[in-house]
Amino acid sequence: MATCLCDAFYDDVAIATVQVLEYLGCEVVFPESQTCCGQPAFNGGDWEASRKVVRHTVKTFAEDIPVIVPSGSCAGMLFHGAQLEFEKEPDKESVNALGKKTWEVADFIVHGLNKTKWEGSFNAKIAFHKSCHTRGTKTAEASLQLLKSISGLSVVEIGEAEQCCGFGGTFSVSFPAISSSMGELKLEHVREKNPDLLVSADMSCMMHLCGLASHEQKPIKAMHVVQILRDALKNSGLIK
Amino acid sequence: MAHQPIDTFASCLKPETQAAVYDGSKKGHEKRTKVLFDNYANPDDLRKLAGNIKQHVVENLDTYLPKAEEALTRNGIKVHWASTAESACNHVLDIMRARNATRIVKAKTMVSEEIELEAFLHKHKIECLETDLGEFIVQLDHDKPSHIVKPIIHKSRKEIAELFEKNGLGDYNDEPQVITRRAREHLRKKYLEGDVAITGANFVVAESGRIVVVTNEGNSRFCLAATSCHIAIVGIEKLLPRDRDLALLLNLLGRSGTGQELTVYTEFISGSKLSTQPDGPQEMHVIFVDNGRTDVLASDCKEILRCIRCGACLNVCPVYRQASGHAYRSVYPGPVGAVLSPLLLGKNFPLKADLPKASSLCGACNEVCPVDIPIPDLLLRLRSKAKDEGIASPGTPPMGGWAVMASQPAAWKVALTTGKLINFVPTKLLPIPALRAWEKTRDLPAWRGGAFRSWYKNRKS
Repeated sequence: MATCLCDAFYDDVAIATVQVLEYLGCEVVFPESQTCCGQPAFNGGDWEASRKVVRHTVKTFAEDIPVIVPSGSCAGMLFHGAQLEFEKEPDKESVNALGKKTWEVADFIVHGLNKTKWEGSFNAKIAFHKSCHTRGTKTAEASLQLLKSISGLSVVEIGEAEQCCGFGGTFSVSFPAISSSMGELKLEHVREKNPDLLVSADMSCMMHLCGLASHEQKPIKAMHVVQILRDALKNSGLIK
Repeated sequence: MAHQPIDTFASCLKPETQAAVYDGSKKGHEKRTKVLFDNYANPDDLRKLAGNIKQHVVENLDTYLPKAEEALTRNGIKVHWASTAESACNHVLDIMRARNATRIVKAKTMVSEEIELEAFLHKHKIECLETDLGEFIVQLDHDKPSHIVKPIIHKSRKEIAELFEKNGLGDYNDEPQVITRRAREHLRKKYLEGDVAITGANFVVAESGRIVVVTNEGNSRFCLAATSCHIAIVGIEKLLPRDRDLALLLNLLGRSGTGQELTVYTEFISGSKLSTQPDGPQEMHVIFVDNGRTDVLASDCKEILRCIRCGACLNVCPVYRQASGHAYRSVYPGPVGAVLSPLLLGKNFPLKADLPKASSLCGACNEVCPVDIPIPDLLLRLRSKAKDEGIASPGTPPMGGWAVMASQPAAWKVALTTGKLINFVPTKLLPIPALRAWEKTRDLPAWRGGAFRSWYKNRKS
C-alpha cells in the first residue's frame, strides 16, 4: 500500500519500498484501485466517512498476502484505528483480517523476513524521529536496527524523543498555532545535533517538519527509512 | 479560517505563563520517567496491572460501593451519597449546620473544585480555607488551578511574591523558602481556628473501610489534628478492593505524579480518633460523589474512571504544555480532562465537545498513564460522538467529499492529477481553508500526484 501521501507527494518513498522488497526477493503487487487508509476522517471524528474508505481498502487488498505500508501511521490505522471504528459493524471481521496481515515496512523486513542486518553503505550522520503512531509497535526498534547496521551511517539521539512533531493530521490545520509550536520544538532538538539528515518511518511528520523549516528559510533534509535502505544498496552497487 | 478555542487560547497566552507551564510539566515528566525506570525493570507491566485492578473496580462498582459503605460504617464513619454536585455541597452544609460550625480548613481535593464547594459555602457564610500551598495561592488570587497536582504551575515566583505583598503577607520576596514560611505562619493560626476539616481521598479501600490521603506538605494532618470533625469528599471511582492493592497504586501514584518514590505524607485513616489519641476529629463523614460518573460508566469511555489523578498525562502532553490548563475551561485539564470534562457534563456535552479535538493523538498520555488508560482511543470516540450529534467543529476540514473520492479509484486518479494545481496557482486563490491554515507557517512539498503510478506502470511494460 503506497499511502495517499506517497501517492500525492512522496513517490520516491513508494518506489524505494518496491525496490527494497524486490531486492529481498519479494514479488510486489500494487493494486491500482488503492486510495487511502481512511485515517483523516477517522481522526476528524467522521467515522461514517472513514468506514467508507476502509471498506474500499479492505476490498482493494482482499488477496491473502501481506500488505506492506511505508508508514507507521497508516499501518497503525489498519491494525488499530479501523478496528476501533468497526467494533459495532457487521463486517468488522474483514477489517480485523486486513489488520492482521498489515505490516509497516521496517517491521516487516526485520520481524517478517528476519533480516536484521543491512548491506551497502550510506555515509551520513542521521537523527531518527520516532513517529508517534509507532508507539507500542516494533517499527522504531526495527528501523534503528537496520539503519545502525549500515556501513558509514551513524545515528544521533535527539532530545525529548517521545514528543510529537505536531502534525496530527487535521490537528495541523485546526490547531495551527499549537501544531507549529510543537514542530518548532522538535526542529530545535534536531538542529541541536546538526545531523545530515532527519529520518523517519512516517512522511507525514517529515512533511510537517520540512514544511516549517522551509517556510522559515532554514530547510532541513529528510528521508524515509526505506529510502536510506535503498540508497545504501545503490551506493554499493547491489541494485541499479 | 476559524481556529479551535484551545488553539486561540494558546496563541494569546502570556509568554511567561507559557514558559512556566512548559518548564514545570517538562520537569515533572523527566522526574517521573527517571524514578520509574531507575526503580523498576519494567514499569509498563506495573501500569498494566494497576490498570487491570482499576478497570475491575470500575466494572464492579455495584459490588464495591456497598462493601465500602459497610466497612466505613463499621469503622464509625458516616457515609453519604451525592448524585449531583449540589447534593454533595448540601451534605457538607448540613453537617456544618448540625455542628453550628462556620470555619473549614481544607486539604487539596479536586472533587471539591468539581462540585464548586467553596463558592457554595461562601454563599452560606461559611469560610473554607485552602491549606495546600498551591491551592492557598490560587484562593488568595481568586484564580483557578491549572494542573491536577500542581495547581499553580502557571504562576511565576514573581507573581506569587507580588500577590503575597498585596495581601499583607510580608514585603516583596520571591524566594520559595520565604514564600513557604510566610504561608506556613499564616496558616498555623488558621488551623487552630478551624471547626471542620475537609479532605479528598486518593483511595478508599472497600475491604477495610480505610481512606488514604497523600500530601507533601503535611497540611491534611494539621487539618485533622486541629478540628473535631473530618469530612472526606470522594468520587465513587476512587475505590480499591483490598488494602494490599495500595502497595502497587501508591508506588505508581507518587512516582507518576511528582517523581517521588512515595509522597512525604501518606495517611491511612480508618475512622475518627481513638480514645487513646490526644487529638483528632471525633466525628468523620465520607461523601461519595457521582456527579455524572455513572453516566460515564454507561458510556464507551468508562476506562477514564480508572484515573488516579496523578497528572502525568498533563506533564507529557505537548498540547497541554503549549496551551496551559486554563485553556481547557475545566477542573480537569490535559488529556484526561479532554475526555472526562465533557463526559461529566452529561447532556451539556456540546459545551466542551471541542476538548477531545485538542490532541495530535500522539499517544504519549497513554504511554505514561499509571493505570494505562487508552486516552487517544477515548478522544477519538468522543470526536465521533460529537460528529454524530452534529456539533460544529471549527477548523476541521469536512470529510464527506474526501470519502467519496477515496472510495472511488477513478475519482481518486483525477484528484491526483488536478492536485498539481497547487504547484502553479497561488494557494490564496484556492478555496481550501485547510490549505491556507497549513501555509501560514509551513510550505507544502511539490505535488507529484500519480508519479509513483507512472513509474510502476512504465517499469512493468
